Amino acid sequence: MEKSPADLLASPGLSSLLKSLKLKTKQQELLIRVSILCLVYVLAFIARLFSVLRYESMIHEFDPYFNYRVTQFLTKKGFYEFWNWFDSESWYPLGRIIGGTLYPGLMVTAALIYWTLRFLRFAVHIREVCVLTAPFFAANTTLVAYFFGKELWDSGAGLVAAALIAICPGYISRSVAGSYDNEGVAIFALLLTFYLFVKAVNTGSLAWALASAFGYFYMVSAWGGYVFIINLIPLYVLVLLVTGRYSMRLYVAYNCMYVLGMLLAMQIRFVGFQHVQSGEHMAAMGVFFLMQVFYFLDWVKYLLNDPKKFHTFLRITVTSAVGLGVISLGVGTASGYISPWTGRFYSLLDPTYAKDNIPIIASVSEHQPTAWSSFMFDFHILLLLFPAGLYFCFKRLSDATIFIVMYGLTSMYFAGVMVRLILVATPAVCLISAIAVSATIKNLTQLVRAKSKPAPMGKGTTSTKASSKGTLDQSMPFQRNGAVALLLGAFYLLSRYAIHCTWVTSEAYSSPSIVLAARGAHGNRVIFDDYREAYFWLRQNTPQDAKVMSWWDYGYQITAMGNRTVIVDNNTWNNTHIATVGRAMSSYEDEAYEIMRSLDVNYVLVVFGGVTGYSSDDINKSSLVTYYAFLWMVRIGGGVFPIIKEPDYLVNGEYRVDKGAAPKMLNCLMYKLSYYRFGELTTEYGKPPGYDRARGVEIGNKDIKLEHLEEAFTTSNWIAQLFAAVVLSLSLSGN
Amino acid sequence: MAEPKSLATLFFILNLISVLPLLTFSFSPDHPTDRQILVLLDDLSLKSSHSLFFTTLQSRGFNLDFKLADDPSVAVKRYGEYLYDGLILFSPSTDRFGGSLDIQGVLDFVDSGHDLILAADSNASDLIRNIAAECGIDFDEDPSAMVIDHTGYAVSETEGDHTLIASDKFIESDVILGSRKIEAPVLFKGIGHSLNPDNSLVLKVLSASSSAYSANPTSELLNPPSLTGTAISLVSVLQARNNARVMISGSLDMFSNRLFRSGVQKSGSLNKYGKSGNEQFVTELSKWIFHERGHLKAVNLKHNKVGETEEPPIYRINDDLEFSVEIYEWSGTSWVPYIADDVQVQFYMMSPYVLKTLPTNQKGLYYTSFKVPDVYGVFQFKVEYHRLGYTSLSLSKQIPVRPFKHNEYERFITTAFPYYGASFSTMAGFFIFSIIYLYNK
Repeated sequence: MEKSPADLLASPGLSSLLKSLKLKTKQQELLIRVSILCLVYVLAFIARLFSVLRYESMIHEFDPYFNYRVTQFLTKKGFYEFWNWFDSESWYPLGRIIGGTLYPGLMVTAALIYWTLRFLRFAVHIREVCVLTAPFFAANTTLVAYFFGKELWDSGAGLVAAALIAICPGYISRSVAGSYDNEGVAIFALLLTFYLFVKAVNTGSLAWALASAFGYFYMVSAWGGYVFIINLIPLYVLVLLVTGRYSMRLYVAYNCMYVLGMLLAMQIRFVGFQHVQSGEHMAAMGVFFLMQVFYFLDWVKYLLNDPKKFHTFLRITVTSAVGLGVISLGVGTASGYISPWTGRFYSLLDPTYAKDNIPIIASVSEHQPTAWSSFMFDFHILLLLFPAGLYFCFKRLSDATIFIVMYGLTSMYFAGVMVRLILVATPAVCLISAIAVSATIKNLTQLVRAKSKPAPMGKGTTSTKASSKGTLDQSMPFQRNGAVALLLGAFYLLSRYAIHCTWVTSEAYSSPSIVLAARGAHGNRVIFDDYREAYFWLRQNTPQDAKVMSWWDYGYQITAMGNRTVIVDNNTWNNTHIATVGRAMSSYEDEAYEIMRSLDVNYVLVVFGGVTGYSSDDINKSSLVTYYAFLWMVRIGGGVFPIIKEPDYLVNGEYRVDKGAAPKMLNCLMYKLSYYRFGELTTEYGKPPGYDRARGVEIGNKDIKLEHLEEAFTTSNWIAQLFAAVVLSLSLSGN
Repeated sequence: MAEPKSLATLFFILNLISVLPLLTFSFSPDHPTDRQILVLLDDLSLKSSHSLFFTTLQSRGFNLDFKLADDPSVAVKRYGEYLYDGLILFSPSTDRFGGSLDIQGVLDFVDSGHDLILAADSNASDLIRNIAAECGIDFDEDPSAMVIDHTGYAVSETEGDHTLIASDKFIESDVILGSRKIEAPVLFKGIGHSLNPDNSLVLKVLSASSSAYSANPTSELLNPPSLTGTAISLVSVLQARNNARVMISGSLDMFSNRLFRSGVQKSGSLNKYGKSGNEQFVTELSKWIFHERGHLKAVNLKHNKVGETEEPPIYRINDDLEFSVEIYEWSGTSWVPYIADDVQVQFYMMSPYVLKTLPTNQKGLYYTSFKVPDVYGVFQFKVEYHRLGYTSLSLSKQIPVRPFKHNEYERFITTAFPYYGASFSTMAGFFIFSIIYLYNK
């Protein structure tokens, strides 16, 4: 006879209306719950539409353009062509096997939605489907969060969790309309897998475990973050085993989920045999074998029926099992059958690893350690509610709450290591906070209502727990007032949260980053559409087989929008190739020209913010804030070609572009291209010509002459500059 | 009433006749010989003193347009179109051209694929020297210097300063100088030049002997001469990357009727020739300069899978393919098959993966077949053919090579039979076990 908070939320007017409809309490509750869920579902969808309203229905950022291009290919050519697609337009001249190097879940999902809509005679464009896939899945996530919360705690917590996750900025940042990226569907898949697994553990049902294996399969097909699942679940199982919570339910759930999930995951080409061959997946396999040992021991214990003998047996078995496991792992690793952990995995466990060893990972701003402010920005009050929720979880420890506690703590750690992993932590934080909110409000409302009842005992609607609190009232005065005050406080906090989330969504996370917006001098919005201008110029004015060299950030966009071949792109699979481009950009022009000729480059694209004050351009110094730091080109280039040395570009360890800059810096290709003809331009009133607004200095080399390149196109705000490589053949001179 | 009509027809035909030669004889890739040549002279008397050279050109079908170098109507370009296909600069002393032509104009003329013959002389002007310098040829800086050779001079009754030299150090190339050997030495009187070592395109065609040096013949030699021996080039040619050809000679007299007709005896040699080698040398060289010889074209670069004829958009690794290309040489009047045994094709991705010499069917077709390497990526068929004297052929055709599709691998392999056996026996065992477990109480 527990009362749901949903019931308490109902206003008297609504309840009288419901009464007039002659619904029973349970039916009323169901109706309210369903309608709240529906509203949350709609809210989650529409809160993500800011970007469409502000800008237009367009794909955002970098990776989504690749996903979009692949989805277009999939819908045009069909699944088999997509599965075997060898793309000759990227990574020239190496090419890329697209079908075997991506997670196809997102594209297949969008294509299925597209085909379904087409079948239902809705004449949608594939772009609209792609733009709205992430909001649609975010809305679905709220449903999963509800069921998960219900499984963990009660339906009240579920509803709160659904509402919290619907607008949590940590999640919105990756799922606004247009953010057509793997994470959009992956968080849904992640939460679904966890929910189904917890359900399977709670029920011990083979069906739920099977469902969770399929959830895992979907996750594997959608995002590389599945490694988190395949490590968290064994860890959870291990903790249960250690704490003596081993049960047949757990055995069924884990074995079924692991074996089937593994077999299904092998069907994804990009994952392949990693489940049996990669060090990152070995924990799951070890736990799988441990489960068998546990089961076997249980059986032996039952047969022996003698504690003494059993203990001896236990010692021998456990020792030999562990020994066998260690030996096989050692042999596997030594023989190369089991691959060691990848750099990305290491960099998660040791945050300083990437900085020293893998500049290409460290160069991406998403991979930087998280600043405190971004926790506050992305979680707001959840950051305070999270510990409270943990307290409630520990107070009512069960298999399910242990899971959510572990999920919350591990993902919080990862969120601290890398900014982008805040996304993974968000569902856990929302669920745990929802438990805190729901439990607190429930207790408080019970207090408030218990006082209002004239007689504490005998009323059907009041639980015994509440009535016992009611009796405590006598000893503690003002308890009811205090409860009301706390309720108001909670309401205030939650409304602040809603306001914060809306503000963050509309201001910070809805920018497509391909179209830049700034405030003009009179407070009006100024739009810089230079990227698309440059890409469309490429598409219209260059030969079909022209090759464009740019830093890898723009690779996906050039192939998707400009429809031209690129040398490197955002799929950073070949470090040497990227380093070659980095080397070309940081060499003198004639050396760079040789490299460009060897790669058949026809055009060079340079992004430059000196005119507009756009700070994430190719030359920017501040490697901590922005990720297009030119120094990264030097670093990555120097990592493979030691001829490029970082100190050559620095003056006393300082990076500068003005008169005091290093001579190599002033004459390298990137500098020359970025500041070509810039010395003639007055950017700001009262400043000398050639004043760089992004860096706030007057440039050091104003008289730039290009020998082997010529300017082909510069966009209206100078953000994207294209240079054509001049063919040497017309020259009379030698060499 | 037929009268006006036939008159109009006649008029039309006349028009056509007058226009047609212009249309057909201008330089084109299909018909690469020059037709319209501008000759710039210092002095119109050169027209008669060098008439033998000009007549041979005219007899080969060239239209020569003689102008004084300082004629204000000199122009090679009108409305963005070049009026001439070749330029002969017989104006060593001109300081600046008349009309709109300047040094940049001459270089642009060559840069756009046209040919140039330049003859200097002692006291050559800075303009001429600069044009030569831009082509990688440095004339002796001393304006009064001439090439002197005290052992390789031409025996003559009138001249005693050994500046008329007889050289037979020709470049060894049948393409540039024709297949008929030039027997008699070439008479040369003029200034020497050296080649700029930075320029890899320029070639010595006629060089001085090892005893030659460049100095002022009238004054006493105080300092060692800057140019000596075989480093002195007398006549050089250059083929630019766009196949424009340039000939630079340090002697204008070399082209003159006097030296064409003069007999020659090299000092210290008993062979006395009734006629110098100048006419043959200059004529053959001008044939090369004006693309009557050594001009190649490669057409119909084709490739396909063995057993097919269509050119596929993409190959798969380990495909067998056939490749063919046709190469022709311009004979001056028509395209004839070019026959050589050293034409190679590369299957290239950053470095050549396949390099094959192409056999020919003697009719211009070069063909081969090979297996695509076991590497995927964007490859190019490359034919790079750079031979002395020939226009360079540099063809490439891009073709992607993809890996196997998922259903193109072998479906069942013998070595995997233990695995098939294992999985099927496990399935059967599980089935039997289930039945026994469920129904055997």
